[in-house]
Amino acid sequence: MPEIPVIQEREDVIARMMDDLQRALKKPPSERRWGMVIDLTKCTGCDSCTVACKSEHKTPPGVNYNVVIKEEIGTYPNVRDVFLPRPCMQCENPPCVDVCPVSATYKNEEGIVVIDYDVCIGCRYCITACPYGARSFDFGEWYTIDTPEVAPYETAPTFEYSEERVREDGKSPIGNVRKCNFCIERLHEGLLPACITTCVGRARYFGDLNDPDSLVSELLRQKHAFRLKEELGTEPKVYYLT
Amino acid sequence: MNSKKGWSIVYWAVVVALLAVGVVGWYWRLTVGHQMANYGSIIPWGLWVAMYIYFIGLSAGAFLISSLVYVFGVERFRPMARLSLFTALVALLMALLQIWVDLGHMERFYEVYTRPHFYSMMAWMVWLYTTYFVLLLVEMWFVTRRDLVRWSRKPGLSGTLSRILALGSKDESDASARRDEQKVRVLGALGVALAIAFHGGVGALFAVDKSRPMWHTGLYPLMFLLAALVSGGGLLLAIYAFLAPDRGTEAHKSLVESLSKLVLGLVLLYILFTWADFSIVWYGKIPADVEPIKIILFGKYWYVFWLGEVLLGMLVPVVLLSLKATRQSPLWAGLAGASIVVAFIAVRLNIVIPPLAVPELQGLADAAPAFRMSTNYLPSMMEWFVTLGIVGFGAALYALGYGLLPVRPNMSEKEV
Ligand code: SF4
Ligand code: SF4
Repeated sequence: MPEIPVIQEREDVIARMMDDLQRALKKPPSERRWGMVIDLTKCTGCDSCTVACKSEHKTPPGVNYNVVIKEEIGTYPNVRDVFLPRPCMQCENPPCVDVCPVSATYKNEEGIVVIDYDVCIGCRYCITACPYGARSFDFGEWYTIDTPEVAPYETAPTFEYSEERVREDGKSPIGNVRKCNFCIERLHEGLLPACITTCVGRARYFGDLNDPDSLVSELLRQKHAFRLKEELGTEPKVYYLT
Repeated sequence: MNSKKGWSIVYWAVVVALLAVGVVGWYWRLTVGHQMANYGSIIPWGLWVAMYIYFIGLSAGAFLISSLVYVFGVERFRPMARLSLFTALVALLMALLQIWVDLGHMERFYEVYTRPHFYSMMAWMVWLYTTYFVLLLVEMWFVTRRDLVRWSRKPGLSGTLSRILALGSKDESDASARRDEQKVRVLGALGVALAIAFHGGVGALFAVDKSRPMWHTGLYPLMFLLAALVSGGGLLLAIYAFLAPDRGTEAHKSLVESLSKLVLGLVLLYILFTWADFSIVWYGKIPADVEPIKIILFGKYWYVFWLGEVLLGMLVPVVLLSLKATRQSPLWAGLAGASIVVAFIAVRLNIVIPPLAVPELQGLADAAPAFRMSTNYLPSMMEWFVTLGIVGFGAALYALGYGLLPVRPNMSEKEV
């Protein structure tokens, strides 16, 4: 009779990543290198990440920090769906930063490409320059504008970049370009990005790429990873596992 | 005389209509904002950016043609040099208005001066066209100074305006005119360098964008310069053929013909550049590179290319300007010029929009369907109105300057 193996208590990846995060936060900011790893074999294309991001940042219609690109491969009946979640790649050499005429968008010392909403003139040059379509312009629209009242969840303040802001006509971030910032305001509070905690398929991982003991570093050592448009030399900090 | 009056009434009626429409457009833009625009996050630039490069191209082209006279001493074109300079100034003002209204935060434009990022081609462009603007004003002043002093004695608005613009200068001597001429030569030479730098720079603004394969070519800065010359040349040809006070004389006819030959050469060169640009990309068969060209040639808005660029911008001018009979007729030559002026709107639209209509990642536009994630773009009514208003503003300024200031063709500025 073969012996039934004892089911080991499995490590909780969220708890592991939160520990990784704490370790990173103890280091000086310039020694952190935040990165994301997305396991495409686990992504179910449910768009939970997209929704989590929407509710975290209260982004208006058409402004998407994260999307899940869906593609059907093959012809019926031999079809297969592939899903590609796409946050901002937080490029090491970001073309969006190169083109900004007023340095409103720049790579901060933790390697995250941020946008200073109070400086951005809204020229949208950066949108044209991003090779990953990661940037959107805030036109000042609302999901519930055609209803009797704009819903409170749209007008509640957000805390992007750790600044409390209420979207109002003529005021930033309306008229600015916006994008994923790896939830930097959450990181500094010891929280993982919203898309990471919410991912139903546990396909998304986050951590400090400079820390060899972090889960993301471990995954990148063990599995086959690739990055999008490697040939452009942008050096994304978002990796995909296949 | 009567027909002249009639034309001027028609002109002003059109200008007033354009301005009225423009007031509505600008009111919408300033009160409601970008919500009424049709561009989005897939196609973030639309009509306004296209018209901006159009106006700025006209400006650079007209300026370079004026410098043929002031810098390179091509006396043949002297009668229209001054008007070219004035055209450059008005077109530049239109361009600046057009790009200003495109900003998400118009009130922050000054930041490009206070915190420029010199790795950005856009920052360079703003710095260069600001310098160019100042230079145009100064050069314009030296070119017209003596006539402004003379015109100060005229009665009415024209005299008053000339008096103010003369800035206290009183010297009407030939010696002073010679000194002006020398200064203009130096300023013009600087201006040529500047015009090449800044309009080439506008081309480079697109060319450095490696995520848009169609823009990312070393041909672009050169094509922009050439496009400026073609469109500016076409504009001056039309203006000179239709407006010059010496219409009907042999001198007018022969200058129109010289200008026609110049413009024809430029159009042919532009056709060659367009062919080089399209054919090489097509040969490569890389989908992301070829896609924008397919959109231009066979897409929903194919007529912008075939009717605008090819018919009006290539066939009509090439035929009219190569046949001796039509080239020698100011009417036909002028029409060829006008045809080019219209065609280059199409050229500019196709430079800006189709390369943006191909999302950087396949499937991006469908990932989160929204109006602002559309790969299809047609300008909204607000966008059209704003631009028409700017055209009206330019046309009004042009007519006022033409009527009140010494900028007309054939002004006797050449010293004896
Ligand atoms: S993905 Fe796009 S927006 Fe993000 S850093 Fe890279 S170029 Fe900039
Ligand atoms: S839209 Fe804002 S962030 Fe983007 S390039 Fe222009 S000023 Fe910079």
